[in-house]
Amino acid sequence: MDILYFAWVRERIGVPRERIESSAVTVAGLVEELRTREDRYAAAFADLSALRVALDQELSDFDAPLDGVREVAFFPPMTGG
Amino acid sequence: MRVSVQEDRFELGVEAEAFAQANNKSGAIVTFTGIVRDADQGGLVAMEIEHYPGMTLRALTDIAQSAMDRWSLGDALVIHRYGRLAPGEQIMMVATASRHRKDAFEAAEFLMDYLKSRAPFWKKEILADGAEDWVASKDEDETALTRW
Repeated sequence: MDILYFAWVRERIGVPRERIESSAVTVAGLVEELRTREDRYAAAFADLSALRVALDQELSDFDAPLDGVREVAFFPPMTGG
Repeated sequence: MRVSVQEDRFELGVEAEAFAQANNKSGAIVTFTGIVRDADQGGLVAMEIEHYPGMTLRALTDIAQSAMDRWSLGDALVIHRYGRLAPGEQIMMVATASRHRKDAFEAAEFLMDYLKSRAPFWKKEILADGAEDWVASKDEDETALTRW
């Protein structure tokens, strides 16, 4: 699936998007998998309460299932307006 | 209803006038404009606004449609910019048209509250000393949504 990062999450990870093969069942599972990969992921995902997630461009939750999802996006709380 | 996500600047007067003309039977038009503010008082060089291109237009359209469904509106307009903006530049505007002012005011406030916390934009302040700061979300912005 495609993983997208925005704002400071993108800066900590170092890329705006990447394609990842994962067998994680939920978003939380995917985060755990990424955290163990490299320090930059651990740094970006250190505090999940500071993050939001969108699945296929719809805001979602960290316990949401990833079944059939093509695009996961991680970002800080939005600051529009 | 019109929603625009754009890098280009817009003319507030032109947009407001066009909206008012298109809704001249409405009775009430409310417009709100967000301006890049120098919170650091002299230290801000630019505001960089990042967004999630695949999601932004749909998110804004959903928010605008919710306002149309919830209040008795004749029309609604949302313009939101992204990219690098200078202090004093317009970031965004909303406009609402209704028969009576209460609907237009409330719907405009609803739009603003949802744009703050549910539209996929992030702001970074570029300061004169070279420092860069992501604007943090505020708890009260999230709390503001509970009143709707």
